[in-house]
Amino acid sequence: MTAASFRRWVTGAYLVLFFGYLFLPLGIMAAATFNSSRFPTVTPWMGFTLQWFGALWADQRMWQALGTSLLVGAGVIAVAVPLGLAAALLLDRLHSRARTFLYAVMVSPLLTPGVIVGISTLVFWREWFGVTGGLFLTILAQSSFIAAYAMLLFLARLQRFDQTLEEAALDLGATHGQVFRRITLPYLTPAILSASFLAFLQSFENYNTTLFVRGLDTTLTVYIASKVRTGLTPAVNALSLILIALTILGAVVYEILRRREARRQPDPA
Amino acid sequence: MGGVLRRYGPILTAAILLAVAAWLLLLVVLPQLLMVDFSFRPSLPPSKAGGPEDVYTLRNYATLWTNQIHLAIFLKTIWASSLVTAVTLAVCYPVAFYMAQVAPRRRLPLLVLMLVVPFWINELLRTFAWYIILAFNGPLNALLVGLGVFSEPQRLLGGDAGVIIGMVYVYILFMVFPIMNAMESLDRNQIEAARDLGAGWLRIHRRIVVPHAKPGIAVGCIMTFMLAAGSYAVPALLGGPQSRWFTEVIYNWFFEGGNWNQGAAYAFILLILCIAFILLMMRLFRVGLTDIAK
Repeated sequence: MTAASFRRWVTGAYLVLFFGYLFLPLGIMAAATFNSSRFPTVTPWMGFTLQWFGALWADQRMWQALGTSLLVGAGVIAVAVPLGLAAALLLDRLHSRARTFLYAVMVSPLLTPGVIVGISTLVFWREWFGVTGGLFLTILAQSSFIAAYAMLLFLARLQRFDQTLEEAALDLGATHGQVFRRITLPYLTPAILSASFLAFLQSFENYNTTLFVRGLDTTLTVYIASKVRTGLTPAVNALSLILIALTILGAVVYEILRRREARRQPDPA
Repeated sequence: MGGVLRRYGPILTAAILLAVAAWLLLLVVLPQLLMVDFSFRPSLPPSKAGGPEDVYTLRNYATLWTNQIHLAIFLKTIWASSLVTAVTLAVCYPVAFYMAQVAPRRRLPLLVLMLVVPFWINELLRTFAWYIILAFNGPLNALLVGLGVFSEPQRLLGGDAGVIIGMVYVYILFMVFPIMNAMESLDRNQIEAARDLGAGWLRIHRRIVVPHAKPGIAVGCIMTFMLAAGSYAVPALLGGPQSRWFTEVIYNWFFEGGNWNQGAAYAFILLILCIAFILLMMRLFRVGLTDIAK
């Protein structure tokens, strides 16, 4: 064996191990759904069953938590996406130090631990406005950092935007409102869709921030965590399996759309 | 500012400024400031708020020094998060290098998709997967007993080891992507040239690849450390009463101890820890804030 082929072999083995490490745990979790054991496991194998999907379907509190999660997700889209859009539009036209400073403040929530985002929101809104934990605060706390993700998406798309289009329209007598509605907004539509999708996903899976601001409301992720600690059955695996399948579907569709978009709009660089 | 007004007109500019101000003031800056202010005040019943006892104090911070258990948990959180960061860096570096520099271009889209998919899956579910693996009657124990490593199943859940193993798994992708992105912009010819001139692979990495990927490595380490130190989900699921995490202590101040001021002080200490880690990385890798915030 030559040195080069040995190196290729080691690299290949490492990659197989790495991707195995990424996917095997998810596979084991999924497999445990179909084991007819009262506690989710794959060892020992007690026989194939689909009963845990039925148990999940009959779980009223799960449906309630799902409803809460959908509501929070919709709220976060409604708050975080417009905020992120406004922030990107502003940054796109600023230069120098003001831009650097604002940018740093805007991305700071992404570098702050989620629990601290939750705590500061909780304390602030109770002290200043008398608002206690619940749906409203959950939406606000999640939006405070999800808006930063949205801002980054919009900013990336605006960088490829041909601003002469807007200038030409203004020169030809269009109002600022018309330019925004007819040129800027249509150009940003793909980014609005992907930002909404990402915002929803981020909101749906959030745990660390939500935990502090949820009050008595329970999102699906919080519900799953509480089930793992008390009352764990393979029904939790069934739910995880469904959520993972949906996520994979979403991720694949998102990637395909993103790549198609990237091909249509070759990067100038 | 004039540029903004010219481009968007008065109405739209006002709306944009209003939205940005609302976001940054009401959702980011003021809550943080109030949390800090709150942490320097004593916990008083509402009737005494604003009274003579409502003065600034360091008492909430002194608690961490005097409470040996909390201090031990805080220090544990620091070293365990550092360990998680170091392990993920070691595991991810070769993968990132392969993806950015070695992989044939036609295979890359599939490989990237295989990284993206687990990245999108809920953090809590990825933690839960390890709950099943590490369980007393779980597959890992079965495997290790089968291989003769253990003579009987061991308790793998409820200790620091389980928490650290889980964190490495859950946060590993936050390390891969920044390093990969940083390495992608390195010209493959540069590595070829070094090899032609006789440099060994260790030297190529030390002198060319690592210096080029420094901003990515710094960002990966910062994200991983921040997520590990600030994690609640992983210790809550994989840990136990004997392996509490600092975030769990904070949570207890809020929802069991009922002392929000004390909790706010601990939260601020956690934030300072993360900021200190960012500064440390910037010094260590000699990168600026603008490199990191990209």
